[in-house]
Amino acid sequence: MINNKKFGRWLLALAFSVLGISVIGNSEYRIPNSELMLATTTSVDATGLLDVIADEFLKDTGVRLKWVAVGTGQALKLARDGNADVVIVHAKKLEEQFLADGYGVNRRVIARNYFMLVGPESDPAGVAKAKDLRDAMQRIKNSGSAFVSRGDNSGTHIRELELWELAGGKPEKNYLEIGQGMAQTLRVAMEKQGYTLTDSASFYGLEGIKGLKPVFAKAPELENIYAVIAVNPFKSKSAKYAEAMLFIAWLTSPRGQKVIGDFKGKGATRLFEPMADKPGIDLSK
Amino acid sequence: MIFLELAKAIWVSMKVSGVATLLASIMAVPLALLLAGTEFRGKRIVLLINQTLMAAPTVVIGLLLYFILSGSGPLGGLGLLYTQTAMIIGQTILILPLLIGFSYSALKHVDQKARMTALTLGASPSQAGWIVIKEAKFPLLFALLAGFARAVSEVGISMMLGGNIRGETRNITTFIALESSKGEFMNGVLLGIVLLCVTLGINLAVNLGLKTKES
Repeated sequence: MINNKKFGRWLLALAFSVLGISVIGNSEYRIPNSELMLATTTSVDATGLLDVIADEFLKDTGVRLKWVAVGTGQALKLARDGNADVVIVHAKKLEEQFLADGYGVNRRVIARNYFMLVGPESDPAGVAKAKDLRDAMQRIKNSGSAFVSRGDNSGTHIRELELWELAGGKPEKNYLEIGQGMAQTLRVAMEKQGYTLTDSASFYGLEGIKGLKPVFAKAPELENIYAVIAVNPFKSKSAKYAEAMLFIAWLTSPRGQKVIGDFKGKGATRLFEPMADKPGIDLSK
Repeated sequence: MIFLELAKAIWVSMKVSGVATLLASIMAVPLALLLAGTEFRGKRIVLLINQTLMAAPTVVIGLLLYFILSGSGPLGGLGLLYTQTAMIIGQTILILPLLIGFSYSALKHVDQKARMTALTLGASPSQAGWIVIKEAKFPLLFALLAGFARAVSEVGISMMLGGNIRGETRNITTFIALESSKGEFMNGVLLGIVLLCVTLGINLAVNLGLKTKES
């Protein structure tokens, strides 16, 4: 344990000295033969974005990125338990609690896409005609059409619950909580000819989603912000802070942002819009 | 690339579940031998508890070990969470009751005369035990294969304690779970067939090994 601590301090010192060098000399910034444990949300993993990020990050820095992909709620729990060095998540409220409790430091916004309501081609509840988001949710609720919920405390699930608040609560019938990932949730919505809330990356980036179409999208309230947060080494002694900060620096650099922005997965469109270069973004989103 | 990943996942599955089966059998067979050879008060209750533990859900075993191995848990300092070692520990605990139960019934059915005869002919208790094990080698081997099958097909422990880390703790079953979470259902089914084929190969090899020994 003592050795570990020393090693951590050494790494920190190294990180700062390398930081100094890179500012002066713009030289390479590497921590060879090291590993970084990321706990993250499913959408960035299932679309294949993390595979690309891990490969490029390893090439540039020598740090091997390992990750467990779970919902945002569970990712933050893993980090609180001292089992991750850094997280990528997308639920502002949970993130703020995580930061306020001292487990997370240095939150940076990295990318966004949009949540959207998707439903059957025939749109039996007429959601496409809704005048605003509240109206859209109420149309689904009043039509009695099936709504499939993630039900797993993920970022998407938390957003969905916020949307139901707008409509005065969840539907009483035909509300199916399945407790599974986005792909399975979209499948169930397909089979049940129901509606669901999805992030656009999952909808356009996953295989075999047929018979569903976006019925309400691109509303400003449906913005989906992804942020990266380092785990506080003073709270979790095993957290590899230097590597975590290197990862954040890389993700928010033009290089990392380009990797995110160019990523298309299996779809034809770009799935994530880089956000780190927007002034003031970290405070406003 | 995908083949490399697949090969790695097969290797992780075989290694983790193979070592778990080995560890569990080293503990289970002597225990079963002891249980089969002695009568004591409360033996029935011990067997009943063991039978009940055979039904322990994988995710519950995973959760309990998560608390123990987690960074904030009592053994967190060992850094075992999300390693193959953690998966081996979990699967060993999972199949231990099953191996004890099957080994016990295998050894119990060996004619007690075999043991008695060996003892009267001057064999030491451990030699006599060895003779009983040899008599029961077929059902014992069946117990081992059943234990391996249970370990290699479970997903809850591997996911919880291994974390499905690419190239490290991703075995075939967590690979299947990942493909299904991506919506690539066909890949999931194909991986399932791969797992069955590998297990078929192992069973065939064991059966062939027995045949040649018999003849």
